[in-house]
Amino acid sequence: MKALMFGWEFPPHILGGLGTASYGLTKGMWECGDMDITFVIPKPYGDEDKSFAHIIGASQVPVAWRDVSWDYVESRIGNLMNPDLYFRLRDHIYADFNYMRLNDLGCIEFSGRYPDNLLEEINNYSIMAGVVARTIDFDIIHSHDWLTYPAGIHAKQVTGKPLVIHVHATDYDRSRGNVNPTVFNIERDGMIHADHIITVSELTRRTVIEKYGIDPAKVTTVHNAVIPLSQELLDIQVEKPKDKIVTFLGRITMQKGPEYFVEAAARVLKLTPNVRFVMAGSGDMMDKMISLAAERGIADRFHFPGFQKGKQVYEMLKASDVYIMPSVSEPFGISPLEAMQMGVPSIISKQSGCAEILDNVIKTDYWDIDAMADAIYSIITYPAMYKQLREDGLKEVNRITWDKAGAKVIKIYKDILGQN
Amino acid sequence: MKAICFYFQIHQPFRLKRYRFFDIGNDHYYYDDFANDDIITRIAQNSYIPAAESLLRMIEQSEGKFRCAISVSGSALEQIEQHTPEFLDLLKKLAKTGSVEFIAETYAHSLASLADPEEFAEQVKVHGEKIRELFGQKPKVFRNTELIYDDEIAPQILAMGYKGVITEGAKHILGWKSPNYVYSAASAPKLKILFKNDKLSDDIAFRFSNPEWSEYPLTADKYIGWIASTPADEQIVNLFMNLETFGGMQPRESGIFQFLEALPRFAHESGINFITPSEAVAKLKPVDTISVLHPISWADEARDTSAWLGNKLQNEAFSKLYSVAERVRLCDDRRLKQDYWYLQASDHLFYMSTKHKNDGEVHSHFSPYETPYQAFTNYMNILSDFMVRVEEQFPQSIENEELNSLLTTIRNQAREIETLNKELGSMRLNLEHINEEHATRETIKKPVKEKKIRDKTTQN
Repeated sequence: MKALMFGWEFPPHILGGLGTASYGLTKGMWECGDMDITFVIPKPYGDEDKSFAHIIGASQVPVAWRDVSWDYVESRIGNLMNPDLYFRLRDHIYADFNYMRLNDLGCIEFSGRYPDNLLEEINNYSIMAGVVARTIDFDIIHSHDWLTYPAGIHAKQVTGKPLVIHVHATDYDRSRGNVNPTVFNIERDGMIHADHIITVSELTRRTVIEKYGIDPAKVTTVHNAVIPLSQELLDIQVEKPKDKIVTFLGRITMQKGPEYFVEAAARVLKLTPNVRFVMAGSGDMMDKMISLAAERGIADRFHFPGFQKGKQVYEMLKASDVYIMPSVSEPFGISPLEAMQMGVPSIISKQSGCAEILDNVIKTDYWDIDAMADAIYSIITYPAMYKQLREDGLKEVNRITWDKAGAKVIKIYKDILGQN
Repeated sequence: MKAICFYFQIHQPFRLKRYRFFDIGNDHYYYDDFANDDIITRIAQNSYIPAAESLLRMIEQSEGKFRCAISVSGSALEQIEQHTPEFLDLLKKLAKTGSVEFIAETYAHSLASLADPEEFAEQVKVHGEKIRELFGQKPKVFRNTELIYDDEIAPQILAMGYKGVITEGAKHILGWKSPNYVYSAASAPKLKILFKNDKLSDDIAFRFSNPEWSEYPLTADKYIGWIASTPADEQIVNLFMNLETFGGMQPRESGIFQFLEALPRFAHESGINFITPSEAVAKLKPVDTISVLHPISWADEARDTSAWLGNKLQNEAFSKLYSVAERVRLCDDRRLKQDYWYLQASDHLFYMSTKHKNDGEVHSHFSPYETPYQAFTNYMNILSDFMVRVEEQFPQSIENEELNSLLTTIRNQAREIETLNKELGSMRLNLEHINEEHATRETIKKPVKEKKIRDKTTQN
């Protein structure tokens, strides 16, 4: 079966969980066999893993005809795209887009991030999708997250092939209820046009059904999974500090509930002196959190090391005794699973999608700072608690693999295509 | 002639309230009074009371031929006394019929038999006293908490004066042997063992109202038929279950009470008797000895102690709990001792199980906690507070042995003082005798004076 996927992020150049999830799912589906996947991303860097999917960079897709030679194309983008594909795509340009800002190859340049003109970039991505959809042969379209829904709809309208959209998050999660009407409309439009909707958790599924008014029969949950960590990461050695370390890793934004973590920390510190709290990440609530920690008089034990990337994340986890994710609303939340892979006991809010599939973690309501403080205290005070969570958590998380999720998605494809 | 030996268990723990770590050292009250009251009242209404009424009717209608045994843990008795005295009256009535035997167990429904023989013995003793006080019976047969039993426990039970013990007919112990005989303990040959007939007990306790079961619906007629068709030389069918089975696990509308009440009539028609455990132990000869190297119980698929001691959380809580056993016994603080027993209820450990599938379902069905981790955290916070209190009585800095020897010295001195006092008393008596003798001799000489002295003493 051939699938055309539209995504926004792809490892190793990722900004959030979307890239990791797209990558894991694609690879998991490929492991199930008999899948030919073309994955379109805005801006590839050339170092992406291409072993299980054809990667097409939107920045290399021509939308206006340019008279260029094979050798020129090879020299310009040879590391990112086969020139033959470039010429095939060029043969399928469907309208005159010369009024747009294009480069020497007739392509739109995408940032592949979340720039201020994001809506424009989303629209451009959809224009580009029309060319790809006319060029490539595929059975089904799969759009990851709202940024690519317009592209998916476009591809569906051009080819008549069924569209599956994958809801990794909704604007309700990001905004604690104060949705941006433009984003909401893009999301809802995608959901209405989709033949089937995949959500990353039951929590998200309910949001899609209740807030966007979608027919429940059209929405299926496929929980995310984790990619096994490399031995190199597992073997990271860090000097263990004398104090116990409780870590929060993620964007410091309203959605992640950072203030509840600070409050819980203040309670724990009242009675337990030998513990330190780390809030790693950046975001619009960081300054507020720094002053909150100071206000509670715990600034000497509450640290803000800033945004962590790559290996630093795993070093941080290795040094931690507890991982905490007090998210107010988390469609899935992959980070506690990564902490568990590193053998760190995790505390998560019941309002996170991953709480639906995890047993060996502590679950509390995001607002229940007493329960959170109690859980932190318990893990750092009672060795049996730490060990049980660590060992059983590791076993549990190692069973959550992408091939199982991939098989579920393939089944959804087959149902839509009437192959079952 | 075949006989059915029914035994019903009644137990409720004192459930703990949500106890935060910042309560440690500040709040010494641990129990969720509302939940405890609510649960015992509800179960008594739905199950215990109607079940006891059924048993009374069955005894009455069969003119005492229906017989059975009941055991009630100390913690359940306390809650019954406090919240549902009407059920206690029914139990007393049952005891008065002479057809119901009360069985001994640990007062605290604890796992003390696996940890501390002295603690175990004390709890059994206190439970026996409580049963005697309430029901006027001295228990002759023992059932350990959750039917836990092994070769190490057997001699202790015998030493406490019990002739028989009730335990689980665990398949991995019995193998090809039938539970429908009386056996004796390998490590204490004088102790007889009654093994639960797993299949027939669970047919009532777990499968009765399950419409997916191939034998559904189960009638008394059919059930007695199964018992009657066991091999002719098998003497006894041990049906051990929770009293909550009736009206609790199997709801009233499933017809469980009618089923129960119909049993004696069909049994009578098939020539099957009812027998109590102590009668079975007295009348029936053991056919073989059985050795149980590792403890067995009636819980979970594995029928071992893994329901309470199956993971790190449980083992940690268990070892911490019993690490202070000796010290608590040395204390005189009544409340501390009471808390210690309440905290020993096996249920608290049961809630911490991390098992999955069928076993996990049973654990979470009974657990007031959402997860085993929550159960552990709450329990350990309470236990930490409890240990602080023990510490206040006897600081850790004093070694147990040192403490012991000091206490022995004190006790020895107390004993010495007592003997000396006695001696002194008898000396005084002697002296009085001598004085009296002296006085009588005197009175012979001066009778008038002596009389005056006597008058004075009587006035005083």
